[in-house]
Amino acid sequence: MALLEVSQLCVEFPTRRGTLRALDNISFGIEPGEILGVVGESGAGKSLTGSAIIGLLEPPGRVASGQIIFDGKRIDNLDQEAMRAIRGRHIGAIFQDPLTTLDPLMSVGKQLIETMQTHLKLSDRDAKARAIQWLEEVGIPAASERVFAYPHQFSGGMRQRVVIALALCAEPRLVIADEPTTALDVSIQAQIITLMRRLAADHGTSIMLVTHDMGVIAETCDRVAVMYAGRIVEIGPVENVVRSPQHPYTEGLMGSIPSLEARVARLRQIDGAMPRLNAIPQGCAFNPRCTKVMDRCREERPDLLPAGTTEAACFLVQGGAR
Amino acid sequence: MSSRIVLEANDVARHFDVSRPALQRLLAGEKKRILRAVDGVSFQIVAGETLSLVGESGCGKSTMARLAVGLYAPTQGSITFEGQAMHAALADASLRRKMNMIFQDPYASLNPRWRVRDIVAEPIKAFKLLSSRKDIEDRVGQLLTQVGLSAHDGEKFPHEFSGGQRQRISIARALSSEPEFLVCDEPTSALDVSVQAQILNLMRDLQERLGLTYLFISHNLAVVRHMSDDLGVMYLGRIVEQGPAEEIFRTPRHPYTRLLLDAIPDISAVGRQRTPVGGEVPSPISPPSGCTFHPRCALANDRCKAERPLETKVGDVAVACHAVQEGRAA
Repeated sequence: MALLEVSQLCVEFPTRRGTLRALDNISFGIEPGEILGVVGESGAGKSLTGSAIIGLLEPPGRVASGQIIFDGKRIDNLDQEAMRAIRGRHIGAIFQDPLTTLDPLMSVGKQLIETMQTHLKLSDRDAKARAIQWLEEVGIPAASERVFAYPHQFSGGMRQRVVIALALCAEPRLVIADEPTTALDVSIQAQIITLMRRLAADHGTSIMLVTHDMGVIAETCDRVAVMYAGRIVEIGPVENVVRSPQHPYTEGLMGSIPSLEARVARLRQIDGAMPRLNAIPQGCAFNPRCTKVMDRCREERPDLLPAGTTEAACFLVQGGAR
Repeated sequence: MSSRIVLEANDVARHFDVSRPALQRLLAGEKKRILRAVDGVSFQIVAGETLSLVGESGCGKSTMARLAVGLYAPTQGSITFEGQAMHAALADASLRRKMNMIFQDPYASLNPRWRVRDIVAEPIKAFKLLSSRKDIEDRVGQLLTQVGLSAHDGEKFPHEFSGGQRQRISIARALSSEPEFLVCDEPTSALDVSVQAQILNLMRDLQERLGLTYLFISHNLAVVRHMSDDLGVMYLGRIVEQGPAEEIFRTPRHPYTRLLLDAIPDISAVGRQRTPVGGEVPSPISPPSGCTFHPRCALANDRCKAERPLETKVGDVAVACHAVQEGRAA
């Protein structure tokens, strides 16, 4: 059974000029121990999906319809108090900027101990020992001496390691990682990716990795969901989505990434830009930018259905038209 | 092949004094703290080509960009533009207008209270390239069309455009003084990949059509590979390896270049397992002795800790590494 099951989730923002639908009928699942990547351009709704799952939607945003089922229980309709007991304990979170995630006035050891004692029954002594153990596990050198150092005494990469330790210390079954390596340099990014993958494998933790970087997804994830204008346009095993994308948007996205392998004369470009939430076109949201658009795409919205080796929301690849 | 050199940097250094105020420093008995952002960099850029500088945060690549258009004066060494020393080139308006810059953040580099046509026309007015209002208007329209916007967009304000379109406005502004040399400091880092592809394609088209010379600054090696003829890899204020981009990507020699190439997640590497190099970039205020990369380098020995390696030619590529020179790097 899937650890997390999101079905037909819609998130809306009521505004003075009408309701904006930021997530539109999102469905996907994460298996235990699986790393699911969520990729898309700014404003596609990828971070919002993560916030909706951990119950941290910024008001006035709200889940308008659909369900989020975690470990067999529905969690999208829980009150704040009940959600707090799940957040951190069963679902951890890692955010982009390690400096704003950590409390600057509290030593990293104290933050780890506090988090563990909130969720697990641990004596002060055990908690301190576990805190040091966690810092060692995420690769902080001289962990027993630095356990009571403050966040500003660590570098950016080390801080992100501390954040990962914090997210994992209560041994959650799912971690939502929202752009965890975007603020870091490439050599540090490689260290953090390797670390996250190792920890997920060691502890059997599932990860939902939200990022705009297809390279990070390709190296880290088992499956990937590609988002566009609040919808999932394609989902499937990473290898299939990268090597043989079915949806024209995914195809364009892959072609627009400059490769280290070979230099091409021109990058493939997708003309235009993603529509704003108040002006999502009728039918398939990608139709104004799509080079293979058909009449049907302008009227009817395609569902996410199996196509080739992935699932894609596109009429072109459904029913063998291609 | 006669290749004209547009910009030449000769042992350029730029140091910043980051000491505390004098009295506090005296009381605490501290020495002056000098940040060596750029520390002895030499390169040449040939007309019509692109030299890219690549490196991680704090390696001095943006400082070098600013030095190259004269926004900073070098602490040491010299920069010549079109054969003239930089300070002379800056004083001569006919040379000054031949260099321009595109910045990273299209949200911060356009004045939000100016209409796009005024933003694009400013260099034309500043250098008195055209005088009549009609001519300026026509030229602005032409520039906007050239970068893929429409002439009517001149009436709008920057907030009415998306990030990619704003970067097009920045490019139109940079082109308005009819430059030959453009310094591009991370022009696509703030953009999404599909928009990044549009801007990179546009920049290459313009280079071909107008014969532009680029100094391209980026931390993204894949973007750099796509754009460059020549490449310089920077680490802590110095160039550790430079030469033809194709050659460096084919056979990276310096251990740091290899690290960078290995570290980049690439879509062609699905499920790749790897062993990332440990350690982080040290502070440029107190850089390590000898070769600044030695604390992270697997090939480092006592000589690397004591002696700063000088650039040596290996074929077309210049590498500053003792291990490469001694043949220890396999």
